[in-house]
Amino acid sequence: MRTLTFAAAFAGAFALAASAQSPQLRVLTYDSFVSDWGPGPAVEAAFEAECGCDLVFETAGDGAALLARLLLEGGRSEADVVLGLDTSLTYAATATGLFAPHGRAPELALPVVWDDPLFLPYDWGWFAFVHDTTRLPEPPRSFEELIASDLSVVIQDPRSSTPGLGLLMWVRAAYGERAGEIWRGLAPRILTVTPGWSEAYGLFLEGEADMVLSYTTSPAYHLIAEGDATKAAAEFTEGHYLQVEVAGILAASDQPALAARFMDFMLSADFQSVIPTTNWMYPAVTLDGGLPEGFETLIQPATSLLLPPDQAAALRDVALAEWRDALAR
Amino acid sequence: MPWRVEPRGVSLAAALVAAVLVALNLGALGAVLWRAEGGGGWHAADWAALRFTLMQAVLSALASVALAVPVARALARRRFTGRRVLIVLMGAPFILPVLVAVAGMLAVFGRNGLLNEGLAALGLPRLGIYGLQGVVLAHVFLNLPLAVRLLLQGWARIPAEHQRLAAALGFGARARWRHIEAPMLAQVVPGALAVVFLICLTSFAVALTLGGGPAATTLELAIWQAFRFDFDLGRAALLAAAQATLGLAALLVLAFVTRIEVAQTGLDRVAPPPAGGLARGFDALAILGAAVFLLVPLGMVLARGLPHLAGLPVPVWLAAGRSVLVATLSVVLLAAMAAALTLAALRHRWPEALGMAALTASPLVIGTGLFVLVNPWVAPVHLALPITALVNAAMALPFALRALIPAARRAEADYARLSASLGLSAWAHGRLVLWPRLRRPAGLALGLGAALSMGDLGVIVFFAQTGAETLPMQMHALMGAFRSDDAAGAAVLLMALALGAFVGLERLIGGRDAET
Repeated sequence: MRTLTFAAAFAGAFALAASAQSPQLRVLTYDSFVSDWGPGPAVEAAFEAECGCDLVFETAGDGAALLARLLLEGGRSEADVVLGLDTSLTYAATATGLFAPHGRAPELALPVVWDDPLFLPYDWGWFAFVHDTTRLPEPPRSFEELIASDLSVVIQDPRSSTPGLGLLMWVRAAYGERAGEIWRGLAPRILTVTPGWSEAYGLFLEGEADMVLSYTTSPAYHLIAEGDATKAAAEFTEGHYLQVEVAGILAASDQPALAARFMDFMLSADFQSVIPTTNWMYPAVTLDGGLPEGFETLIQPATSLLLPPDQAAALRDVALAEWRDALAR
Repeated sequence: MPWRVEPRGVSLAAALVAAVLVALNLGALGAVLWRAEGGGGWHAADWAALRFTLMQAVLSALASVALAVPVARALARRRFTGRRVLIVLMGAPFILPVLVAVAGMLAVFGRNGLLNEGLAALGLPRLGIYGLQGVVLAHVFLNLPLAVRLLLQGWARIPAEHQRLAAALGFGARARWRHIEAPMLAQVVPGALAVVFLICLTSFAVALTLGGGPAATTLELAIWQAFRFDFDLGRAALLAAAQATLGLAALLVLAFVTRIEVAQTGLDRVAPPPAGGLARGFDALAILGAAVFLLVPLGMVLARGLPHLAGLPVPVWLAAGRSVLVATLSVVLLAAMAAALTLAALRHRWPEALGMAALTASPLVIGTGLFVLVNPWVAPVHLALPITALVNAAMALPFALRALIPAARRAEADYARLSASLGLSAWAHGRLVLWPRLRRPAGLALGLGAALSMGDLGVIVFFAQTGAETLPMQMHALMGAFRSDDAAGAAVLLMALALGAFVGLERLIGGRDAET
């Protein structure tokens, strides 16, 4: 009986704390967004100052976990807004029928045209292999040069990580039917595959691998936050695959007006100006003051690759099988 | 050897604990199945995952226990300065969060680790850790401490009189092995093998990261994929059932090979001094080797994080407070559950198997299943900390029972008839006979439970919302925010808290002499 008493006491205390304020807007997002070092705290303070409401973040791992959570909850989610899906997931998210149209046509600063009726982008970035210029002054300039090198790279597993899945799509978008051959070539270069981004990046920082799959903006963290200019992203001639991170309003929300207001806020300067130095991605709109100092040192890929959501969804299983066959040898 | 009827309270409490455990395991799996709409299906790749899972778990269990035998024997019969501290510290890898342990391993065995730097300095080729060898090495690093502890308890239960008799009869090493040590090991080793096998069965982050790629896909990773990539709950449930079947098969084998303990009564007297000479050198080598293997990676984690400990940001300290709270609650639950099942195990065989079964379930399935079960009634985020504490307690229960049940059965077999003939009340028997023989394993069990709960990054990720982060979650968040220095500092804090909780509880409950 002790179990029940404790659980009830805890549940009561939490429920009491939660019901004290209202109205409440619940945003379901991935955990690094709301961490004390992510955009969450600044976003919460700024929105609460203008909306007279309580903004509560619920978290679930990463983008793919958000979608799994929604499917698990079905229509019963308490969340009003989902923030943190990306372009590899919007097709499946649309198919759930859980999202309501945003009804907006904002002026965006993306390298691609955006016309999704359900999801609005809040930031974006290019996937890239990051290296340390002191250890690797002449990085490869394409997948084929990487294959021909004797370098070691760490990547993430596409089954459990969004950058990992992004790389699958990158190779597919760049090489089409040759993707399997490229993966067989890359296999000996891949030191290991980690479940998530942080494990891979950690291995790279500790010197285990020469390069790590990350974003073109990752070196900006080291430069701006640590004053370390030794990290750089290698520009590949095939072009770089895009990740566009998006948010959508849940149709079952009991705060639709507040949710719509949050979507407007999301594309305002208060939200967007926080993005570059907390999420370390590019903002979705042009900032009046420009990007923070240091971002001008980053590579600007000439070619942006992005498969349309339906194509990406259709290719996913084939691409995963190619990847698995090549790397499991 | 039932010498009086089981008190009603015990039967009731044990039945309640059993119901909670069954609900956690089968209920979670059932909930996942219930939410599944069709789907399912076993893929060709799943056979590969099954094979790899089985192979790495068997190899890890065999290697961990084989290496633990000489280490435990040496530690059991030698007395030297710093022995207690060494035993405590050598237990640390088991209670470390996996992520921290892997970092420590790589600092020694990685591409730029101490070992390879040393080899390179000698002009020798570097060794690669990534592959099956890395997975097994990491699992041995994580589980050798547990195996040593379990075997040490076996040695501690050999009555000193047997050793004195052996010495008086002039037994050599071989005779001592045959008549004293081998029979004891035959009782203890299968259980230790099974525990390590079951822990490695649900491994996925270590297996994938050190395994070097998708060839190192375990069933747990396949379950992860079914949930997150395919959102095929039917398939996730099928894979989870396959994983649980492997675990249950291991438990069946265990039940089949475990011998019933023969009563060996002792009077808790002092053991004779151990053999010197060659045996002494061999023991020294075993202790030294294990200490280097286990402590150098820990030292590397410490050296990396210590400079950043004092400068850790406030949210990390707050999270540490929450972790202590969860661990405290978890230990209270664990104590209640373990006490009920241990007392019930004096008359029945089922509590042991039931407790062990908690290890066969996939953490991912438990988390998802509980989420599905709780969701219609109360918003899951409100239950994050209590549910985490409960699941942590259930996860630590197998280790607690492994330590407690044999000791309790032994004490009962040795002294129950004596107590009965003296007309002792059940309370007096418990206080004077059982407790002095159970407090050491109880201290170990609860210390272990606290430490495991402190480092757990399991079900809480399914229930968390802002403001409920635990220390392992904050450490992960720091890594996700590029802050590897702060993450290293947080790892040291986590290590200190886990080890502190372990040592503190073991001393508090086990008494000042607690060491095994």
